[in-house]
Amino acid sequence: MIFLMKIWKYIISLSFLMCLLFGTQDIAFAESETKEEFKAGEVIIEHILDSYEWHICTWKGHHIGFYLPCIVFNEGKCYTFSSKVFHENEVYKTVNKTNSEELVFAIPHEGNYKGKIVIVNADGTQKRPFDISITKNVLALFISCTLIIILFYLVTKAYKERGEREPKGLQSLFEWLIVYVRDDIARKAINEKSVDKYLPYLVTVFFFIFINNLLGLIPIFPFGANITGNIAVTAVLALFTFFITNLLGNKEYYKDIFNTPGVPWFLKFPLPLMPIIETVGCFTKPFVLAIRLFANITAGHIVVLGFISSIFIVAQISVAGGVGMSVFSLILAIFVDVIEILVAYIQAYVFTLLSALYFGMASKEHHH
Amino acid sequence: MLQEVAKAAVDMAPIAKLGAALAASIAVIGAAMGISKIGSSALESMARQPEAAGNIQTSMILAAAFVEGVSLFAVVVCLLVAVA
Repeated sequence: MIFLMKIWKYIISLSFLMCLLFGTQDIAFAESETKEEFKAGEVIIEHILDSYEWHICTWKGHHIGFYLPCIVFNEGKCYTFSSKVFHENEVYKTVNKTNSEELVFAIPHEGNYKGKIVIVNADGTQKRPFDISITKNVLALFISCTLIIILFYLVTKAYKERGEREPKGLQSLFEWLIVYVRDDIARKAINEKSVDKYLPYLVTVFFFIFINNLLGLIPIFPFGANITGNIAVTAVLALFTFFITNLLGNKEYYKDIFNTPGVPWFLKFPLPLMPIIETVGCFTKPFVLAIRLFANITAGHIVVLGFISSIFIVAQISVAGGVGMSVFSLILAIFVDVIEILVAYIQAYVFTLLSALYFGMASKEHHH
Repeated sequence: MLQEVAKAAVDMAPIAKLGAALAASIAVIGAAMGISKIGSSALESMARQPEAAGNIQTSMILAAAFVEGVSLFAVVVCLLVAVA
């Protein structure tokens, strides 16, 4: 390892040379005739989106991964089957439990319901049933939430046992972050009387987003699913913030929306312009929270995947060029991964800080 | 002549993708300008008052995250156009 670090200049120049010299020549053209083309766009999108199976890798043509169960409801009856059926045939024919006719499930490749299970009626129209399948993101959420619960159970156990003594081990790792959320985020944004109401939610959401972002960066099996980059997950988190703000807001808060003080009367009376603007703002704030988290995390994953795909794109032209390209791509991908760790922390911090600010605005005391 | 022009104008999908790619680049320019202004004013004020450096650094990261979030709206829209 130290030897590698001493000769790094030679490694970089050699790979650059290989890229330049062999980048356009076909050294192994016998192999490239039989392989299928590498479509970078499809591979990247496949890693970002949710799916009904967990594909780990493809070793020498063998597909390694496992098929997850599909659970759909149609007309009140529940149908469960493994998603393997969609690999052997295109459609899955089963018996409709209410009227004993044939019921056809399929996953269409284009159209509105691309990639999702639909019921194909006899006349060809598609209907989307109530689908609560265990997809890749759901399984990854189960795994990561189990991990978070175990970690925090250990931390609370340590607090109970050690009482007022100094923290040790895992407790000291988490104590710093929890105290940071409590002092620098919650207590700065929310007034003293109402902090304790909101604090459990703020700590939960901070650690949920932070740990899930970090786990999404690890490519090894149980982690590596793009959870917080799924708009459904971030939308639910933003909805929680929205409901907590508005259900626990005090009268001051609603008065500020519908009867903003300091604004002249003609903006409120015949055409209630100010209340409309404030209400729209009330809805865009959680929407923006969801999109910010989703776009940041997904964009980070796409950049790392793009660097790794560029190795395969160059390797299609020539194998030696691919070898040379892989050195650069790996260095850049590692660099972007380190930035992604920073982004994971920053996005969790920004989400929690904004939620705390909204809670603070909703529970402001009346100034005398 | 008009019929040829009308027929040629039907398949706009490649032009849509070109538009999406250009729009994403323009959004990146906007984000870069915004974040560089934030960074430069933060560095300047940290130089004027080094005791407040911690506070200024936190606010700088926060403001940069907001500006970046706005540019990522544009990226999301361009992604939607490019793959759907």
